Amino acid sequence: MAISFIGGLIESAIRTGCPIMLCGLGCLFCAKCGIINFAMEGVMTMGAFFGVYGSYLTGNPWIGLLMGIVAGVAANLILGVMAITVKVNQVVVGAGLNSLCLGLSSYLLTACYPNGVPTQVNGFNYISAGSLSEIPIFGVLFNQQVLTYIAFAMVPLIAYVINKTSFGMTLRACGEQPHAADSLGINVVKKRYIAVIISGVLGGMGGAALSLGQLSVFTIGMVAGRGYMAWSAVTIGRYGPVGVMLAALLFGVASALQVRMKAIGVAIPSQFFSMFPYVLTMIILASVVGRTVGPKAMGKPFIKGER
Amino acid sequence: MEDFILEMKDIKKVFGSLTANDSINLNLRRGEVHALLGENGAGKTTLMNVLYGIYQPDGGEIYLKGKKFKIDNPRDAIKAGIGMVHQHFMLVPTMTVLENIILGLSDNLKKLDLKTPREEVKKLCDTYNFQLDIDSKVSDLSVGAQQRVELVKALYRGAEILILDEPTAVLTPNEVEELFVILRQFVARGKSIIIISHKLWEVKRISNRCTVLRNGKLVGTVNTSDVEESDMASMMVGKKVTFKYDKTPILSQDSILNVESINVLGHNQASTLKKLSFDIKKGEIVGIAGVDGNGQQTLGEVLMGLTPLEEGKIYFNGQDTTNVSTRQRLKKGISYIPEDRMTQGLVMDFTLCENYILDRYEKEPFTTKKIFYHSKAVKDYGDALTSEYGVRPNDADAFARSLSGGNQQKVILARELSNSPKLIIAMQPTRGLDIGASEFVHQKLLKAKEEGAGVLLISADLDEILAVADRVLVMNEGRFMGEFVPGEITFEKIGLMMGGMVQDKEEAKA
Amino acid sequence: MTAKVGKTKIEIKDKKRKSGFWYSFSGILIAFIFVMLITALIITLSGKSPAEAFAYMFQGAFSTKYNIGETIIKTCPLLLCSLGLCICYRAGLTSIGAEGQMAMGGLMATIGGVYFTFLPRAILIPVCILLGVLGGALWAGIAGYLKAKWGISEVINTIMLNYIAAYIVAYMCSGPIQEPPYTFIQSSQLQESAFFSKLIQGTRIHSGVIFAFVSIFVVYFLLWKSPLGYQMRAVGLNQSAARTSGINVKKNLILSMSLSGAFCGLAGAVEIMGLHHRLMPGFTSNLGFDAMAIALLGGLHPAGATIASVFFGALRAGATTMQHAMQIPTALVDIIQGLVVIFVLTQSVFSKFVIKITTSKRKVLSVGREE
Repeated sequence: MAISFIGGLIESAIRTGCPIMLCGLGCLFCAKCGIINFAMEGVMTMGAFFGVYGSYLTGNPWIGLLMGIVAGVAANLILGVMAITVKVNQVVVGAGLNSLCLGLSSYLLTACYPNGVPTQVNGFNYISAGSLSEIPIFGVLFNQQVLTYIAFAMVPLIAYVINKTSFGMTLRACGEQPHAADSLGINVVKKRYIAVIISGVLGGMGGAALSLGQLSVFTIGMVAGRGYMAWSAVTIGRYGPVGVMLAALLFGVASALQVRMKAIGVAIPSQFFSMFPYVLTMIILASVVGRTVGPKAMGKPFIKGER
Repeated sequence: MEDFILEMKDIKKVFGSLTANDSINLNLRRGEVHALLGENGAGKTTLMNVLYGIYQPDGGEIYLKGKKFKIDNPRDAIKAGIGMVHQHFMLVPTMTVLENIILGLSDNLKKLDLKTPREEVKKLCDTYNFQLDIDSKVSDLSVGAQQRVELVKALYRGAEILILDEPTAVLTPNEVEELFVILRQFVARGKSIIIISHKLWEVKRISNRCTVLRNGKLVGTVNTSDVEESDMASMMVGKKVTFKYDKTPILSQDSILNVESINVLGHNQASTLKKLSFDIKKGEIVGIAGVDGNGQQTLGEVLMGLTPLEEGKIYFNGQDTTNVSTRQRLKKGISYIPEDRMTQGLVMDFTLCENYILDRYEKEPFTTKKIFYHSKAVKDYGDALTSEYGVRPNDADAFARSLSGGNQQKVILARELSNSPKLIIAMQPTRGLDIGASEFVHQKLLKAKEEGAGVLLISADLDEILAVADRVLVMNEGRFMGEFVPGEITFEKIGLMMGGMVQDKEEAKA
Repeated sequence: MTAKVGKTKIEIKDKKRKSGFWYSFSGILIAFIFVMLITALIITLSGKSPAEAFAYMFQGAFSTKYNIGETIIKTCPLLLCSLGLCICYRAGLTSIGAEGQMAMGGLMATIGGVYFTFLPRAILIPVCILLGVLGGALWAGIAGYLKAKWGISEVINTIMLNYIAAYIVAYMCSGPIQEPPYTFIQSSQLQESAFFSKLIQGTRIHSGVIFAFVSIFVVYFLLWKSPLGYQMRAVGLNQSAARTSGINVKKNLILSMSLSGAFCGLAGAVEIMGLHHRLMPGFTSNLGFDAMAIALLGGLHPAGATIASVFFGALRAGATTMQHAMQIPTALVDIIQGLVVIFVLTQSVFSKFVIKITTSKRKVLSVGREE
């Protein structure tokens, strides 16, 4: 019984954590380049909506994924323009964008489905890695959705890009000390826009993973704070890809536990499990007082020539 | 016709109404160390920023090895073989030395090849005997080591000409020696160096030739070996006398301020105060001369309680004020005219009325019974002060932001001088002001002195200090280099002190 | 900055003079117009008529006595929260925590209202209100303290605290204060003596509305007619100058956050005592985000916040009518809210510039007043 419980827990944690992971990696990309991406909640919503919509139109979940990605990029670019070119307060504009996207997605639910919302569209199937999936407990890892495999594959890929390429190095320089980067001829503005676009791709993917990857339907408010969780994952994960992955899984575990605890009659109220990742974020923030963990120039608009 | 590696001809650079560079000519021979000497605001850094492509000149041309060059941005400058080490290092602190050196040279998704650059950089370090651990994080390095990273960075990109902006400002004496050894090695290998400085002794030690700028204009270029420090000092400081005031004698022998042997940490070692002691008598104006960045800001802040002191004591009017809060000091009668009027002195988006009461809004008649704030009382007060100090436009409801610099300063003066202060700390009070506005400030300070207040005038404008102060202390690297009474000392000697040469009182008077 | 496109020259210059009221007002007005234009565009693109939609909304908000009442009761918490946000925004703190502070305020008021059975009405009501105020103030104070003492971003902390507050409320409603026989996730109903009385028959307007109305003047007085408000505004506009003039910046940061939370907590108490009469998870229904948009749209001034609150209150009240009549989802209001934030932020930047477009020597368009 315990084995199936743990197996079920892992399965649930991965399923719930995967979209958060993708979005968290997106937030990470922006953060590394100096942009606070607070709009992930909205970006994820757009990705989720258009993922389902694309699959509805064509019957092909991959087209849905593509549409979700495009929508995510479009939404994130609004944040990008406001943060990089217009140079407003990145957090406040992120919050506004979230409202906008949430409202837009609800609105489009009636506008885009004149014949009523379908209960399900074509989603992604589970792909089993053969005999590996028979292993007790961890076999679950090998019987996942395509998007989950993609999400996990993203972690080493992004780690490679950020840490082991010159592209990643210039990206990080733009987030830490943009004036130094500028003095060496690096185009900080261009780099930040590229980061925003990549972040939008990941965010859109995360949204599509949420809708297409699970119930294959879009419901109003289905994102339910996962965008903010993704942002917290960056803080908890200490601004590294592997950390973000683990933090996202932590959120997944917390949410899985929340459901299961009551079923097995544990005395701790489920809400405390749900609360835990948020409390953890606050604790981590307080614990790194005096030392900035994130990129130093994060959140500050880049104005050329200003010291 | 001499063979110069670099020629800057008739360079002109204007910012609004300020001419930072007025037809400057500079030439550089291969293998020489050429010093660019001048006070604050002389135009040295501007000129080099033009050379490095950070600014575009409004006139003039640049020739490298005889060929005309257009340098639009730092990338062009680097390509042309020019490297610059700025006063504020352009390094990414969280990255390693090696990463900082190769940053920006490539920008692709290929796996970063650190092996080849590592070999090359190691070779470079060995050539010049840099002791650098190229895998350590820049933030872990000493300031001197960080500077060496900047040098290697420039060399790695093929710099033949190196520009160093006030390189010794952040170094300890040991590190300065190490730097000079390195510079000599560069020269031995055919590099050419321009070093911006205001320190005479180092210019004399390390440079072959020296170009002196003053107020944006070229004073002259000399062979360092042909001149004495005193000659360079007079070129740098000049003999312009624009202000002339009648000063009343000091009435009292009582001190209003007594500073005893204070040690205060500044941003860097040059601005850290080291066992500083002095006093100000009632009715005396004491001037602190010196190039900006030598501890003046630190001194002003510690006297106001905005920065803590490590050791020593401060006595105001006989009372120990060492640990008193800023608010209390203001209440006791110390007034503060801060260096930066826009960030420290005024709230730009407040009206003039609101700015006048920034330190006294809780007092009657502005606030009664501790909770009622009376805008009318504030307005009346604001109107009165605005008229009295001739602030233009004569509208106390205007926003501080909409005023010119001179008028903004008047607002600050009005606030700080209207409370009958016993001690006034004035930091660069006429910075950015024209002659008329400056004279107004001086008159007000002199009037306060006549009424028995002590004044500490900190200024980089020597003219002003000599005209206004009863007594002058020259500050350099957090210490006093000498003390004199205006009129009893030559300009050269003052320049020498500002450039770091210690003088005692007797020698100065000679 | 100048750009030439053919014979047309576009110049963007820095505006030197920034003069208070008209400058902010005109900028916000322009932002508002853009928001409504885009909203109209969205409605048109889905094949409906914007004029009709707005008409139904207006009808739903103002056409009958009951409807006006609905608008008023929806405006009430929005007004209280946005007034609170005005305080902390003016002190330079970006708080997103109205939602959580409201929840905690409502929770505290509920506890008093359900369990303090020993108090007569005359004392019970003030006590519950006070509990609500304290709940919100303390909840906000956590973020304020963390910011003042250690410089930790109040933005992140307030959002985290929002979620934590929501879960605390959920926990309480399914645990300690759940109503027997434990079927619904909600608290027991308040004692009747803790209800706000109905003010006007035929509507749901309750006496809590008076608190909102009075708060307008309280906040105005606080910000512009008290030394505390002066300090907070100074800190918000220029911390460095404030500190140099002896103002205790840390104390003011904590105080402004707490005051902000106090009003949001009051909003929570008012909603529970006046409308719902019990605590339910989600009773705050994203009002906190509306409040943020309202504070921005109102130029952080109580008068502006009042007008903007009524606007959003009307939107929320009228949206249901619009939805029934035209099948336009009420989510349209969320879209408007998001657009408001984006455009008001943009206008604060664009108002710093003067845009002049000239075509071969003749001035075609000039946006912004050149001085």
